[in-house]
Amino acid sequence: MPIGPYQSPLAFVSDGELERHYAEPQPVPHEAEGPQPAGLRLRGIEKRFGDNHVLKGIDLEVPVGQFVAIVGKSGCGKSTLLRLLVGLDEPTAGEISFLGDDGTAVEPNARIVFQEPRLLPWFSVADNVAVGLGGGVPKETGRREAKRALAAVQLAEKAGDWPSKLSGGQRQRVALARALVSRPGLLALDEPLGALDALTRIGMQELVSQVWRELGFTAVLVTHDVSEAVFLADRVIVLDEGRISLDLDIPQGGERRHGDPVLAEIEGRLLDRILGRG
Amino acid sequence: MATVDTFSEGRQVRRIRDESPSATTGKGTPPPRAAAEKGTRAASRPRTFSRAGSAGAWLPYLLPVTLVVLWQLGSSTGIISDRIMPSPVAVLAAFWERLLSGELARDVGVSGARAVSGLVIGGSIGFLLGIANGVSKLSEQLTDTTLQMLRTIPHLAMIPLVILWFGIGEEAKLFLTSLGVLFPIYLNTYHGVRNVDRDLVEMGRIYGMSSWSLFRKVIFPGALPSIFVGLRYALGIMWLTLIVSESIAANSGIGYMANTAREFMMTDVVVLALVIYALLGKLADVIARTLERRALAWNAAYQG
Ligand SMILES: Nc1ncnc2c1ncn2[C@@H]1O[C@H](COP(=O)(O)OP(=O)(O)O)[C@@H](O)[C@H]1O
Ligand SMILES: [Mg+2]
Repeated sequence: MPIGPYQSPLAFVSDGELERHYAEPQPVPHEAEGPQPAGLRLRGIEKRFGDNHVLKGIDLEVPVGQFVAIVGKSGCGKSTLLRLLVGLDEPTAGEISFLGDDGTAVEPNARIVFQEPRLLPWFSVADNVAVGLGGGVPKETGRREAKRALAAVQLAEKAGDWPSKLSGGQRQRVALARALVSRPGLLALDEPLGALDALTRIGMQELVSQVWRELGFTAVLVTHDVSEAVFLADRVIVLDEGRISLDLDIPQGGERRHGDPVLAEIEGRLLDRILGRG
Repeated sequence: MATVDTFSEGRQVRRIRDESPSATTGKGTPPPRAAAEKGTRAASRPRTFSRAGSAGAWLPYLLPVTLVVLWQLGSSTGIISDRIMPSPVAVLAAFWERLLSGELARDVGVSGARAVSGLVIGGSIGFLLGIANGVSKLSEQLTDTTLQMLRTIPHLAMIPLVILWFGIGEEAKLFLTSLGVLFPIYLNTYHGVRNVDRDLVEMGRIYGMSSWSLFRKVIFPGALPSIFVGLRYALGIMWLTLIVSESIAANSGIGYMANTAREFMMTDVVVLALVIYALLGKLADVIARTLERRALAWNAAYQG
């Protein structure tokens, strides 16, 4: 079961008053513990568009709460795979299951963030975020949740603005808040920072990393930026002509930094593999 | 730091402030800079606006006022015969007289009610068809071609037929006005719905919006700019149709007022009728623009 929309996935944005208000009307105690991330199991996933055989058998297990990055050449099927994960499309063959901590099937409450923020220009920033809660949520609750999610992406002060007033990076943060507000168990990110300038992108990477650590969802990131993949992910997967050609764990340890020599070395190996140099 | 005292205090403060956002997280716009940007924009804006404002306030009225003054001069000196064209003062006098007698209010009321009911009926039909054909392939295939064919008939060309069908009563005027406003509203609503960003519609689906939510939150607001274009076209057609149909057959309304005045050679009243049509047309446009600006406040093109 998905967790009811009334519960805040963003309780870490502590705000005394909100917190107290929140503490009372929670009738589902066992779900009040926090977000329930969903792991992934793909078995023999294939996808064809007519004669175009895009995914040619993907087997993949992603443990609960892992951050996986998928890299690969343009047109190799990365977006197609993500759309399958969040249910925007059906695989031609194969099976996708979502598993909880104990290995039982769970409802993933999957969300996706695209390269374009896809905000409704006629809704305020807060109302755009409230869209992420789905229907049936009272307006007041929606606003409050939206503010909380906006605080998590450090945009609380923009709640009342039109999206047209925001910069590209800020819009993308609103899109992220909209995806997070309903406490997804799985968050798919399809080149979410691809349209941002280099400095904004680095700031956003740190933000994504921080919300992921705090909320604990399972993340699948598609990116064309290998250093971004290495910086953010626990594990990098290279997709090549519809198959997984490399599956690499990124060593954990300490705070990651851009320009770290260990990461740079991994990055180099990945690039060689993607470009077919090694 | 040993060298600190070589910095002025101001510089030191600035350095610290510059560093603090990147030191904590490095993400996001540091608030001081955002505030400063806002400040500059706010400071430069009024200057540009006041320049446009002071000139803009009276400039559009320069030409009409000059024309009216010249017209009055022409009439008082006898260059313009008052059989052909009454003086502005005479038109004003006619206005005052009819206003006091209550005839004017009645005629304007009757014409206004005709215009509004025609707009509501024709506009609703056009709007509903536009929405239906925009969202439903089936509906589009059933009706669009027919509507596009009917659209090419000038609706005023139907007057003889309409008189045969309805006589010269209210129905005829209502029918013609509705028919006239239907097509611009239909076309622009349809066009607006078809051009709503598909990515936004997909986003709505991803977030589980029901069809009604999708319509209310995504499709309708997305089509609204185009619908307003249709509405303003329709208003022009609405008055045109009303003028024509009231001059052909009516026993009340502004067109009737003008026609009776013509029979008695009261040119001042005839001109008064024209002025009132112009004012009503302008009023309708102002209302539409105001609605548009309020409804489309999110759109940068309609701000300010
Ligand atoms: N809806 C679709 N219909 C037909 N072909 C598609 C569709 N979506 C993607 N494709 C094709 O699938 C291939 C992979 O696309 P995509 O997954 O978008 O690649 P990328 O790795 O760059 O994200 C491309 O050849 C593309 O043309
Ligand atoms: Mg792609």
